[in-house]
Amino acid sequence: MELIAATRVAKAQTRANQARPYAARITSVIEDLAKGGASASHPLLEAPEKIRKVAYVVIAGDRGLAGPYNSTVIRAAERELMARSAEGIGYSLILIGKKARDYFAFRNYDVDAFYEGITDTPDYESAREVAEYVSDQFIDGDIDQVILIFTEFVSIGTQKLAVRQFLPLESVETIAEVGSGGELTAAFEFEPSADGVLESLLPRYVESRLYSALLDSSASEHANRQRAMKAATDNAEDLITKLGRQLSSARQAAITTEIMEIVGGAEALGGGDDDKNDQVAQILQQTN
Amino acid sequence: MPIHVEFVSPERIIFTAEAKEIIVRTSDGEIGFMPGHVPFVGVLQVAEARIYDADGSTVHSFAVHRGFVEVANNHCTILSDVAEAAADIDPDRAEIAQRNAEEALAADKEDADAAAALRRAQVRIEVSKKASA
Repeated sequence: MELIAATRVAKAQTRANQARPYAARITSVIEDLAKGGASASHPLLEAPEKIRKVAYVVIAGDRGLAGPYNSTVIRAAERELMARSAEGIGYSLILIGKKARDYFAFRNYDVDAFYEGITDTPDYESAREVAEYVSDQFIDGDIDQVILIFTEFVSIGTQKLAVRQFLPLESVETIAEVGSGGELTAAFEFEPSADGVLESLLPRYVESRLYSALLDSSASEHANRQRAMKAATDNAEDLITKLGRQLSSARQAAITTEIMEIVGGAEALGGGDDDKNDQVAQILQQTN
Repeated sequence: MPIHVEFVSPERIIFTAEAKEIIVRTSDGEIGFMPGHVPFVGVLQVAEARIYDADGSTVHSFAVHRGFVEVANNHCTILSDVAEAAADIDPDRAEIAQRNAEEALAADKEDADAAAALRRAQVRIEVSKKASA
């Protein structure tokens, strides 16, 4: 399992790298739009005045044996949820991964939506499905804020829990500043118009962000599983050595006791010293 | 000086080339980009995208189903979550899809999904026919 996980980490990493150009380009187009003076009004950008209900999108795994991977994400989600609930804010749980569903369903939370079978090798289609579901609810005003809880893949050795606001999006200007920041270019032409482009672009941006979160989580899951399985293998090997030694010394002790008993028995039966010595020699020969 | 073109899908970079001309269809109609085009951002329609290689030897044809085109500094990026090269299109499947969509439209003229599916199938057939011709 350690080796399987190791190859999967590599694959997941490649996928994450291949997906990077698209996300970067989308950001760069948003940057162009910000320069082109797109008005910053879009339902996905608008923060409601009062937050009454928050949706938590939790990305965990379908399977266990991945060390603390699942529990870290799930606990963080529950903590967030509890803290907000204490303030009287409602929740809606959108869970990705069977482990997350099992945890929250078992504790009688209301699970709003649940997706399974996409975390191993996430495809864009599923990211779009989830993103659309969340965005629709946000635009309809059913939920006022969306928080994304996932695991960020920093390197094979480091994965970080990430709790991020997913919706409403930061303003167009903020997104643009985070981006590459490239050199100033001449004024852009937009077709149909800056606002028109923005309107069809933002949903894609949301999808792409969710997709990269899914890819990061997937790579993290495999990395965590690899580490957990390596620890398990090492531990089992140590255990085998230790138990093997115990077995040997127990066997040795048993043999020694047996010989002592036989010797003691022969002595009790009496007989000359020479006899006795012969007997002991005989017995020792037999047992060896 | 050729214009550098990149076809980027969310999952990977599909295609890159140095091109003489790129023709796509945006919401206002077909538009061609040649080297030195002014910076441009547009929303793509379901249509064919053609890329003329810098050396003039080949024309690459893609069925693009939605997305964006960005042109700046002699760099053209086509962002699309569904873009298919002519060679990847299965014409038989596209024709079946076209028939299905037509039937659905005959039953319900307002069916936007079917109308979109029909348009996609038509573009696919068009692109694959041109490639095989």
